[in-house]
Amino acid sequence: MTHEPIATFDREPILVARGLSVHYETRSALRDVSLDVFPEQTTSLLGPNGAGKSTLLKVFAGMVPPSHGEVRFDGHPITTATEAITYVPQRSGADWAFPISVLDATLLGLARSRSRWRPFSRKDRDQAMHALEQVRMDHLANAQIGALSGGQQQRVFLARALLSCGRVLLLDEPFTGVDVPTQEMLVALFERLRAHGTAVVYATHDLQQAAATSDHVVLLNQRIVEQGPPAKVMTGHVLRETFGGQVVVVHAPAPEHSSAPELETVAR
Amino acid sequence: MIDWLLAPWQHPFMQHAFIAIILVGIICGATGVFVTLRGLAFLGDALSHAIFPGVVIAFILGGNFLIGAMIAALLVSIGIGAVSQSGRISNDTAVGVLFVGAFALGVALMSTQSGYVRDLNAFLFGSILGVTTYDLWLTAIVGMVVLGLMLIFRRELTMISFDRTFSRASGLNLWIYDQLFLILLALAIVISLQTVGNILVLAMLVTPAATARLLTNDLRTMIVQSSVIGALSGVTGLYVSYYQGVPSGAAVVLTSTVIFGLVFLFEPRTGAISNRVRRRLHHPHPEQDVFPDTPAI
Repeated sequence: MTHEPIATFDREPILVARGLSVHYETRSALRDVSLDVFPEQTTSLLGPNGAGKSTLLKVFAGMVPPSHGEVRFDGHPITTATEAITYVPQRSGADWAFPISVLDATLLGLARSRSRWRPFSRKDRDQAMHALEQVRMDHLANAQIGALSGGQQQRVFLARALLSCGRVLLLDEPFTGVDVPTQEMLVALFERLRAHGTAVVYATHDLQQAAATSDHVVLLNQRIVEQGPPAKVMTGHVLRETFGGQVVVVHAPAPEHSSAPELETVAR
Repeated sequence: MIDWLLAPWQHPFMQHAFIAIILVGIICGATGVFVTLRGLAFLGDALSHAIFPGVVIAFILGGNFLIGAMIAALLVSIGIGAVSQSGRISNDTAVGVLFVGAFALGVALMSTQSGYVRDLNAFLFGSILGVTTYDLWLTAIVGMVVLGLMLIFRRELTMISFDRTFSRASGLNLWIYDQLFLILLALAIVISLQTVGNILVLAMLVTPAATARLLTNDLRTMIVQSSVIGALSGVTGLYVSYYQGVPSGAAVVLTSTVIFGLVFLFEPRTGAISNRVRRRLHHPHPEQDVFPDTPAI
């Protein structure tokens, strides 16, 4: 079983974790994690609740310092949040009763890179509208953020991230609680970002989504159980080891035009 | 009518009082928006009590009580930030511990002085008619500093109030901006002490902002409206106080509470009574509704 990262790309990795451990006061969140993330790659972090997926994203985002090991972005140690790495948290982080419009909430994605002495320019607003267009939320630009549905709020977060998006986009549970059209929109967006050289890393519980949309799957349960291309690593044995309990993997023939693996249903 | 309006302005102490209450209304109105949006009313109340020892020490040393209060406010706000930073103690608890401790210190110090009851009364309920030209200048300068810093750091204050996880991910140091906000809040409270007193300052922070929240869904508009409502409540309350002999702090706070009540009931879009009236206009006879699928009993 492979625990070390697999160099699947010719180019240099943009994010590197080596021997990474994170301990909170009384428990370990991550143990000895080594992982490479490459540009133009979509990586999914897959594991049960408490597996350390969110912690790993936060370490990459510079929000949680590693207890042991090191984590590097472009060869430099990550010690704090940087503009080149954009993190999209889960929806619950924000105050939805806050008096702010969708457009203004999106513009906050530019807050750190614009002069504090001037208001946002017309160009900034156009850029924010373009980001909202990409997530199909431009028609609600003037709506109050609290008036949106959960899926729509998630899309506004994504637009805000796109506005400040650097070379790595980290997303915590982007597919949770969103409808099918939004999921399809997300998948198409990841594809576009990947084509522009961005590395996309997201945490998910959804095995099928991970299998269908990732180049690289990391099966995580505090430590890395297995990582690699989904077709290779998402086996019943590995999934059982990751999620525990009984896992039944049902295979079905993949559509001819799809590169997705033959995994159709996984049930616990 | 004009004479009625101008009469209080004949007295220099009333001119000072009007200018002071307008300044306090604007400054507390603007700062109070973030207090209201972040649910920090308890912190505002606690800070206003925690600066008591500074006032007492200034009284003992014969200095200006605003300066003493400012120093105490800065020390307490830094203390609250430091204690809550430990992670084991919540912000709310840190506020509770330091607020009562500081207030008790103030009471103990005050009890050593003769005539403390009269001065304690002024601290608790304000003495707006005793505002001097020096106090006015100090209030104006501190007010400009508070509003200026709020303008300069408007994006950071918005980010930490709206979405703290995103703020952290963007590289904002939450502790620094929380501390900045605590200091701005402490300064706003200190300059309000002489006008409305320690007990009622919370109303100047919370009520105009809560009224503005009922009126708008836009943060910038809310800050402007809250400041205008704060100043308007202050001026109206002073007239009430002048003509009815009601204590000025109470009159100002009651005026802002009445404005809140009117907006709560009659605001055209969301007011409780406006909504009822609108429903009745659009649907005048709900008792005649027939539900065809309801089986006959």
